[in-house]
Amino acid sequence: MDILYKAFVEPFLFMSEAPDLLLQTLWEGLVSGVLYALIALGFVLIFKASGVFNFAQGIMVVFAALTLVGLYEKGVPALLALLLTAGVMLLLAIAVERIVLRPLVNQPDIILFMATFGLTYFLVGLGELVFGGSPKEMIADALYLPQGTTELTLLGGPVRFQHLDIAAAVIASIIIAALAVFFSRTRIGRALRAVADSHKAALSVGISLNQIWVIVWFAAGIVALVAGIMWGARSGVSFSLQIIALKALPVLILGGFTSVPGAIIGGLIVGVGEKVGEFYWGPLVGGGIDTWLAYVIALLFLLYRPQGLFGERIIERI
Amino acid sequence: MLYREAGQFKTTYFSDMAVFRLREDRTGLAVVVVAAYGLAFVGTDFLLQAVLIPFLVFSLAAIGLNILTGYAGQLSLGTGAFMGVGAYSCYKLMTAFPDVNVIIWILVSGLFSAAVGALFGLPSLRIKGFYLAVATLAAQFFLQWCFIRVPWLVNYNVSGALDAPLRTVFSIPVVGATATSQARYIVVLTLVIALTWLASNLVRGRIGRMWIAVRDMDLAAELIGIRPLQTKLLAFAVSSYYCGVAGALMVFLWYGGAEYDVFNINQSFFILFMVIIGGLGSLIGSFFGAALIFIMPILLGIILPALLVPFGLSIGAETIEHLRFMIVGALIIFFLIVEPHGLARLWQIGKQKLLVWPFPY
Repeated sequence: MDILYKAFVEPFLFMSEAPDLLLQTLWEGLVSGVLYALIALGFVLIFKASGVFNFAQGIMVVFAALTLVGLYEKGVPALLALLLTAGVMLLLAIAVERIVLRPLVNQPDIILFMATFGLTYFLVGLGELVFGGSPKEMIADALYLPQGTTELTLLGGPVRFQHLDIAAAVIASIIIAALAVFFSRTRIGRALRAVADSHKAALSVGISLNQIWVIVWFAAGIVALVAGIMWGARSGVSFSLQIIALKALPVLILGGFTSVPGAIIGGLIVGVGEKVGEFYWGPLVGGGIDTWLAYVIALLFLLYRPQGLFGERIIERI
Repeated sequence: MLYREAGQFKTTYFSDMAVFRLREDRTGLAVVVVAAYGLAFVGTDFLLQAVLIPFLVFSLAAIGLNILTGYAGQLSLGTGAFMGVGAYSCYKLMTAFPDVNVIIWILVSGLFSAAVGALFGLPSLRIKGFYLAVATLAAQFFLQWCFIRVPWLVNYNVSGALDAPLRTVFSIPVVGATATSQARYIVVLTLVIALTWLASNLVRGRIGRMWIAVRDMDLAAELIGIRPLQTKLLAFAVSSYYCGVAGALMVFLWYGGAEYDVFNINQSFFILFMVIIGGLGSLIGSFFGAALIFIMPILLGIILPALLVPFGLSIGAETIEHLRFMIVGALIIFFLIVEPHGLARLWQIGKQKLLVWPFPY
């Protein structure tokens, strides 16, 4: 009975006793949720347009952040470095399309998935070769990212808001809104949606698949760059950021692989669930549960809705 | 001329259905097996301990994953954790009952792994493809967390690591610091051969056909009377059994002790590579894949410096490591582009060509 009390009553009592702590936890969860959503967005973009489950998204985040910091350390002004990094991501997109995707058209999904694995290894090696394997500081000041914290008294207690977190949430929202507009209002966006619906039909109305792939990989690269800057500013730029990218996977299955709003809402659910779970229930089992909690949430969720929250309904035919 | 079907008449159904129908195949296999045992006596410690034992262990794990992914069509990224379950349960059994032959415990520990695998295979009934792959990540991370947080698993050992106590088979030490690499190699080789033989019969029989039917189209398989739940769970259980045994072998006969970190997500990916590069749905492909993925980096580590030094480019160990990563990545993409069906397909094509050589008309 004691364990049941600890698991099902005590955390809620604690929540109602200290609402400010709950608010703080929720806020932190929301911020990391937004950042998970940003990484998940990169996956969704590529999955929608090319049906490739891009495992390399995580390393793209690291690679973009490394390039940015590396260029800055070589003496390039920060904003120019930002542009150059975007250029590098474009080159990467073109190279991936030419070298990896084009020869592998029409292969089974798992083969393409494996190819992005190869890409991951390649980028890990390249990044370490060029920029060295040691962790780096993100150039938050030079990019005019705000620092410091604001403390507000809410619900009878102090709640801290890191300015950086606020900026991250705002920037991520802007990116997401921009992508939404891009997808629904522009010519290229329409083409992208057409490709997502059916490759063959899109080809038959004269949409160049190769071009579209370059565009989505580039867009995913830009999203990766933003995610890299934000995560980098929070926890430093190193190859361990890759693990964070794996956290985007439960976000994906929660939201559905093909849905942009799904990625965002899934990200928020995972971020909040993880932080709240770790804070209130973690001590019960010895802590550290945030490494797997997200996956288990997603797994339980999938048992009820196999296609995720907003995924397209799975229709199977024989 | 050496490899011909002509003249080998099958007079019974039994001989017609044999795994190796050609005399040349059978002698070839016998030669390989004898040579493998022979290597135990002529090979150096480095060859046995750092190349052949890991190769065999990874082959076994790859066979396990291949049963699940290649034959039953269920993508799994939890291989590393299932290997861990095997290793930890083997440790518990070995230390709780020290008098029982260690080989028995290695084989029994796979059963624990199989049970855990079947448990985490339950979602496979509802979810498929990449969704399932991510779901198996839950197994990977949850089990790895258990390895860290449950001190009972390592007998409340302060270091939190698995160590290999001395265990003998016929009074020859095979586990523990005093075991020679020769003894370890023979044990690993024997187990791998036995389990491969078992697997090759399993995948050709009724069970294997059920798996293949589910892989090719699970709805259709259900319509012809195959129960999807039992079939998929059996695939998860058998696959995890192989992985678990491989994990136990890896810790106690290769590393001689390990920490939880050995069973991390990269291990799972590593084995998935082997399966894909070797060829999905092919047992011999698992061996090829393990050989390529495991031995290629070792060879690159030897070849790269040798290639670069004559040009006056002496490079540091770190740079070599980075280059190795890049080359392995590039080679994976290259192999996928050249032969998406894996090395097993190349092997098959080679055999076909050899059958009609030198007059391919």
